Formats: sequence, C-alpha cells, structure tokens
Amino acid sequence: MKQLWLTSVLNTPWRVLFGSLLLTLLMGAGISKLEFRGDYRIFFSADNPQLLAFEQMQNAFNKSDNILIGIAPADGNVFSAETLSLILQLTDAAWQTPHSIRVDSLTNYQHTEADEDDLMVGDLVSQSMPLAPQALARIRQIALNEPSIVKRLVADTGKVAAINITVQFPEVDKNREVFDTYNFVKQLTDEFSRQYPQVQFHLGGVIAMNNALASEAEQDARTLIPLMFLMIIIMLALLLRSIVGALATIIIIVIAIVSTLGLAGWAGIFLSMTTVNVPTILMTLAVADCVHVIASMQFALQRGDNKANAIRYSMQRNIMPVFITSSTTAIGFLTLNFSEVPILADLGNMSATGVMLACGFSLITLPALLYLLPLKASLVPKPESSTVMDRLASFVIRRHNLLLPIMLLIMLAFTGLISLNKINDEAVKYFSPNTQFRQSMDFLDQHLSASASIDFALNSGQSSGINQPEFIAAVDSFSQWLAQQPEVVHVNAISDTFKRLNKNMHGDDPAYYRIPTAPDEAAQYLLMYEMSLPYGLDLNNQLNLDKSATRIAVSLQNMGSKQITEFERKALSYLAQHYPQYSASAASTALMFGHIGERNMASMLQTLPLALLLISLLLALSLRSWRMGLISLAPNIAPAAIGFGIWGWYSGEINLGLSVVASLSLGIIVDDTVHFLAKYQHARQEGRNTEAAVRYAFTSVGRALWITTAVLIVGFSVLMLSNFRLNSDMGLLTAIIIFTALVIDFLFLPAFLLKFDTKEPKRHA
Amino acid sequence: MRNYLSTSLLLLSLVSAVNCATLLADEAKGLAIAQERKNRDAGWGDSESLTSMILRSAGGDESRREMRTAALEVQGDGDKGLTLFDEPRDVRGTAFLNHAHPTAEDDQWLYLPALKRVKRIASRNKSGPFMGSEFAYEDLSSFELAKYRFNYLRDEPCGDGQCFVIEQTPADEYSSYSKTVAWLDKTHYQPIKVTYYDRKNSLLKTLSLEDYKLYLEKYWRPHKLTMENHQTGKSTDLLIHNIRFNTGRTAADFDTNALQRAR
Repeated sequence: MKQLWLTSVLNTPWRVLFGSLLLTLLMGAGISKLEFRGDYRIFFSADNPQLLAFEQMQNAFNKSDNILIGIAPADGNVFSAETLSLILQLTDAAWQTPHSIRVDSLTNYQHTEADEDDLMVGDLVSQSMPLAPQALARIRQIALNEPSIVKRLVADTGKVAAINITVQFPEVDKNREVFDTYNFVKQLTDEFSRQYPQVQFHLGGVIAMNNALASEAEQDARTLIPLMFLMIIIMLALLLRSIVGALATIIIIVIAIVSTLGLAGWAGIFLSMTTVNVPTILMTLAVADCVHVIASMQFALQRGDNKANAIRYSMQRNIMPVFITSSTTAIGFLTLNFSEVPILADLGNMSATGVMLACGFSLITLPALLYLLPLKASLVPKPESSTVMDRLASFVIRRHNLLLPIMLLIMLAFTGLISLNKINDEAVKYFSPNTQFRQSMDFLDQHLSASASIDFALNSGQSSGINQPEFIAAVDSFSQWLAQQPEVVHVNAISDTFKRLNKNMHGDDPAYYRIPTAPDEAAQYLLMYEMSLPYGLDLNNQLNLDKSATRIAVSLQNMGSKQITEFERKALSYLAQHYPQYSASAASTALMFGHIGERNMASMLQTLPLALLLISLLLALSLRSWRMGLISLAPNIAPAAIGFGIWGWYSGEINLGLSVVASLSLGIIVDDTVHFLAKYQHARQEGRNTEAAVRYAFTSVGRALWITTAVLIVGFSVLMLSNFRLNSDMGLLTAIIIFTALVIDFLFLPAFLLKFDTKEPKRHA
Repeated sequence: MRNYLSTSLLLLSLVSAVNCATLLADEAKGLAIAQERKNRDAGWGDSESLTSMILRSAGGDESRREMRTAALEVQGDGDKGLTLFDEPRDVRGTAFLNHAHPTAEDDQWLYLPALKRVKRIASRNKSGPFMGSEFAYEDLSSFELAKYRFNYLRDEPCGDGQCFVIEQTPADEYSSYSKTVAWLDKTHYQPIKVTYYDRKNSLLKTLSLEDYKLYLEKYWRPHKLTMENHQTGKSTDLLIHNIRFNTGRTAADFDTNALQRAR
C-alpha cells in the first residue's frame, strides 16, 4: 500500500506537483477573504457573561469607548494661561474627531453657580474669559475641588490635564473606524506638539488600545515573519548543507502557510494579534518534517543509492514518525478549542490545520519535488555527533543509579515552584514597556486614573427612582464607601451633582451642600440643570432613559486581575448587604479581562487530562504497547510541570497566552519521547538488553532529537521578540518546555528504563 | 494658438460666472422659499396644545413625558412659549417660559414648584437635549429667518408630493449643528423631513414630521414628530393633540409673573 502510493508519486512527479499547486491555489484563494481585527472584543466570546453585562450597561447608558489625550506641560502647571488656552483649542478641535459623540475636558466642564435667582451653567474656561492671574487661581480652586473632574480630567497636583473623547462607532468596518479615529487624534496632537513644543501629549483609552493591538500585530507580521524566514534559511544551511534541499523545504513551508491562511479565509476566521503568528509557528513545526525526509535521503544517496531508491528509503523510515508527530502536535493545538478566548481557539485550529497540511505536503509533494530537483548527496560526512551521543549513552548507563534520584529531585523541586504562579490578565500589561501605548498608559496612570475602572449600575426599580432622597443617599454612601477603599482613585456619582445643585439653588449657601429632601425637589433641580447643558455634555452617561438607574464610575489604581475581581465582589456585597432593595451590577473592560484569565485557565486545566489521554493513546497505538504508553506519561507531563515551575520562579504571572502553553507544548514534546521509545522498543524486540537498547536509541535518534529541539527553540524564541506579551511569553515558556523535554528524554527516560525495564524480553507485546 | 487660448479662457470665465450666478441664485431662491414659509405661517396669533413625548433607547426601552404648551406669536420678534410639565410626576407643575429672539440669545425661565421660585436659565447652551430627549432645545424653537443662511439645493419628490430641499446653516456659533437640510412640501411650505449634521459634518439626526392638519384654513400643523439619532440609535416621538387657536392668551400670560400662576 505504502509502496504502491510511493511508486505512483515517483512515476508521475509532475502530476503530483501540478496537483499540489492547484490545491494550494484553490485553498490559498481564501486569503483574499482574510481580514484583520484589532479590537479587544475578539478576546471574548459572544456569550461571555462579563461582555454581556458590559453591553447591557452600554445600552442603558451611553457607550464608553474612548480615547484620552493626556496633556503634560513642562512647567508642571496646567493652570497657566497658555496651557488652558491650548486645552481650550484642543477641546474644540477634538469635536471634529470621527465618530465622537462627546468631549469632556477641564475647560468645557459645566460649572454651575448661583447668581441671585439665576442658575449659571457654563464652560469652566471659555474663549471670551480673560485669563489673568486671579482668574487662573479661581479656575484652579474650582477644578481641584470638584470631585467629578479631579483625577479624571486634571491631576490633583495640577501637573497633567486630560481630554476624554467618547466615540460611538457605527460598527460597519470597525478596523477602519478605530484607525480613522486614532489617526485623527494622533495627527491633531502632533500638530499641537509642533505648536507647543514644551507640552507632552499622551494617548490612552480603549481606542488607543485597539489601535495598539492592530499596530503591534502588524509589527509582528512585518518583523517576526521575515526574521523567522531568515532563521529557517540559516538552520537549513547548517543542517542540510544543500541549496536544493533548502529550496525544496522552503517551497513546502510556503505552500503550507499559503494553504493554511487561505483555508482560514474560507472558514471565515479573521487574523488577529495571536493568529498573525501562525506562519511563524508553522515554519517552526514544518521545517522538522522536511529536514527528516531530506536528511534520510541524503544519507541513502551517500550510501550510493540512486535517487528513486533514496527517496523510497527516506519515505519508509519517515512516514510513520512524521504522521504520528504531526498528529500529536495537531491534537495539542486542537485542545485550544476549549479555551474561553475565541482568538486562542483560532490560533489552535489554524496551527493544527497547518501542521497536518505541512505533513501531507512533506509526504506527497516533497518526494516528487526531490525527485525532480538535482539533489546531491550531502557534502558533510556523517558527523562526529554520533560519537557524542555514544558518549552520552555511556554516561547515562554508567550513572543511571545516581541520575534517576537527582533528576526526580530536580523535577519535584521545580514542580513545587508552580504554586508561585498567579493568574493575571491586565490588557495594558499585554504590551511590552517598549511600546508607545504602554508608556503613555503608564504615564497617565501615574497622574490620573486611566487603565483600571469599574462602572456600577444601581437600579431603584422604578421610573424616576433616582430622584428619591433615599436612593440618592444610597448612591452617596456607596460612593463614599468606594472613595475610602485604598484601591480607589476616583468616584463619579450623580449624588455629588445633586448636592452641588441644591447648594446652587439656595444662593450657593454651603449649608445646602446636601441631598435634596424631597423627590420633586431633586427632580426639578435636575430638570433645570439638564435644560442648561450643551450638546454632548448631557447626563445620559450617568442616568438611564426613564431615570430608574444611575451609573457610578470608579477609577482604580493599576492592579492585577485577581484584585480587580476581588474588589468587584467586595463592592457588590457591600451593596447587597446595605441596600438589598436596589439591584446592582458591575461592568468594565478591566473586569472582562480580569475574569477571562481565571475562566480560561480553569477550562484549559480541565482539557489537559483529555489531551494527555488522547496523546498517550496515540502513542501506545503507534508503539503497539500499552506499557510504553504508560512509561511515556512521566516524560510527557514533567516538562510542562517543570516549565511552569521555572516560570513561577522567573515571573510568576500567568496570562491568557500562557494558560494554553501546557496543552500546546504537550503535542510537540511528545515527539521526542515517541522517537526515543520507538527506537528503544525496536532494539528490545530484536532481543537486545536494556543497556544496548538505550545505546541504540541514543545513537540512532539522539542527533535528530537535538536538531529538531534546536529548530523548535529557535522558532519559538523568535516569538519572544513580539511586543505583545501574550505572544512573547508563550514563545519563551514553550521554548523552555521544549528544552526541558529534551533534557528529560536524554537523562531521565533512559535512567528510568534502565532501572525499571530490566526484564529480558520474552514475549512480543 | 493664441486665439484658441484666449477663447478657452473666455469660455472658462463665462462658465465660472454662470456657476457663480447659479450659486447666488440658489441662495436667493433658498431665502425666498424660507421667506414664503415664514409668510404663509404668519398671523396665527396664539395656540395651545397637549404634547406627549416618548423616549426610546437603542435597546427599545420606552419612557413617557406629558406636557401642555401655549404659544404666542410676536410681530417683529421671536415667539413666546410656555410649557407646563405634567409627567413624570416629580416635575409636575414645573413651568418653562421662553422668549425667542431671532438674533440675540433666547430668554428662558423655569418655575420650580418645589422651591416656589422662578429661576432664570443663564446659559448659552441651547443645544442640549430637551427633557433628556433627542430633541435639542434649538430644534423646538420658533422658525426665524435670521437664525440661518439658506441655500436652495434641488426639487425632490417626497411622500405624496414634491419638495424643495433647502440647506440651512445656523448663524449661532453655539449651535451644535454645522448645517440642517429641510424638505419643504411645495403645497404648504412646511417641513416633511429635516436632517441634522453635527459639528464634524456627520449625519446626526433625522426628524420626520407627519399627520399635517390644516387649522383656520391657513395654518398647517404636524401631529407626529419623530426624531431619530443615527449615532446612538435612540429616538423620540413627539405626539401633539388638541391644538387650539384663538385661546385669548395675551403677552401678560407669557411673563415671569404669570409663570408662577401657570397651572
């Protein structure tokens, strides 16, 4: 069967090539359907409970997608005539931002004041206002004492001010909309920056994050993929020493990548922050298949075989291993489907498809290609590394009694470090400190409160209920409780507005800075205030349509995902305990990221045993031995355990990208074990004793194992250069685990076999 | 060659002169149509009506407001208006008085029964939402020629008939609109549809005016106004019932003293 198929490939190589090309073109045509999405919502499935809560809140109140301009003058004082007039101009210009529905700034803050029986409502700073020192002092005094803007639109030190632009996208072409909005604001601040060189501008907010997601992905695609290509060419030159062999490998890799991306396009999968690195991962995984096939062929050519026979020899040796290792790798990636994060599932599906396509192409197209290309025997003689392997085998055999306990101890020690890991997902921290976005956000967080926030909605349960004094009192005491929490930077609650209006309505008498005593009082003050507010600065972002509920916006210190979910729980239980009559909910993007890390980890931990079982089954089947399947468990589980232990000691922060590494790497590292055990078992079945079988395994696959490990480590290390931590952390930890797997297969597995597999083989399994 | 050049230059200048002339003509025509609209509606004197306002969120939730309004035509100045709020209950008895002015700021007062006092709204901001609805105050204010620059765009079929399409650019720098475009029915010169463009010139809202009825054999009044916000997906219906003319109200019913007595 195998023979028949090989013969037909070798008899009609042109037909095979043509067929492969046609298939690649058909699949690859889907690339035109591939679109890129750089929107934080791609991290969440449509039924994610925090996303639903967030959307519900956005529907009841206005949207809160925003872009924030931080303004930092060199003299550290925003209350200067020059800086205030800059803010004034920039605020005005910001209304031109595409899709903007609201602009809030220090200057257009609607200050209220009583003047006898008039209620004066107007911009805190306006064009016509003379900015003499006295006026500046007054503006500073008002701004720094107004709870609704201090630490939100101006730092309490007066060093930094901010303009917050709220946008509502029509969501027809969201990428384009984000890009247009961000670029408009970027150009605007660049222009102002030229005009006012002494002032620094920083862009933050959700839109800046979405833009950074897209631009960092683009950066990855532009730098990592070419770099990976370069690395592959260098590796091929070192390993194969044959231009033709390298060319054939690159052709196979390219058609595998093109087909995979095309299939993704046909399947309606979009490119994202994570899937943009599928080409890099595929290159890493596919190169090993090709190297195995070509190296074996070169070996046979060197032996004096003719080309057809050399290919036959290579294929016979490699079909099973290539197929099995590709399948286990694909299974590892497919477990990502159990992730809570859609783009990680996409990454898994695309990689799994790509690995199987690469497998097919290297077993069908590659032999035909090699048959037609003028491939010569490798120039390098069989290197001396087989003697290195022989020496390693001798060492392990000699010292196995010592190696086994030492390795076990090391394994246990590192595994013990796993507990140092904490799950943490903060969207801002996904970006490396080298990125402009992260630097801006860090700066803004230092002076204002930009990245972590939670919105609480408190519902009175009745129309106009927000005017009830007892409801306002509840909002007020909740907001005071919030302000007392150490994590809280800023609270924006309607109760402050009611108190201020009550004061204004009584001739600015400070004694009236309290909650109105009757619902009609509150309602009428609010009506008067609302009738005085200009376009875009209304209360729709704080009150819902029938005024039954209010939104309380809380800005928090930059904190980990665990702390933010803990804070949410604490705040909601305060409300449940003190105000059980009102229904409450919490939502924000920070909460969405805060919850997804743990949920994702929980679901990935549940699938890990399943992946392990599937892969061990496949292994047992291919080795035709339950015993070997069982023995393989330890060297398959240990690398990930050690890897996460090392991670706990090195970083201790587990993000979404890392939560999938255990099952993803399992499919890759299992290959080493398969190869080693297959050779070992082969020798045992031929009647050799354990020692001889271990030596045989070392000398026959040792070199191939360290070469593929080196290729994989280089490949995943390229991902480490990504500025997006989900990718760089995933690359680093996967590389660590793959390296650990090789060490275990070389030092622990043989020692284990030498100790426990000593029975002379009598029966064939 | 030279001849050819001068001929084409001449042609070019002719064409641009014609263009310029049509533009001027369009502005003149726009103003003429607006003037006709104003003239045809002149002389109604005073009126009263009941108004229901239905606010709708993007998700389809609804909230209702009820009010009574009275209006007085003022020759040579903007009209005067009085609005009494009935629902929601907590603002019942609140009365809003407005003196519109074609060029100057409108004067506005609010009587708050909870305080038993009249408060003047001292704000330049007439662009904000009226009672949380999609109608801005400036959308409801009386139509005055001095408030806009007009430009006739085209004729277009609308509804059952034909419309003039007029572009109106607000003169007030505090307006939230860069422009509005009105579709005026050729039979009665009243708007059937108005589109509003925000300050960045994006389409913000569309107002549809329906159920026009003729009063005093001369004055057309719509009974259903629907304002749809295209950016937020929210909308507001304004339902007007019981329009009555010649109610006998005078200017004295529209001053701040009367405001306290208004019930």
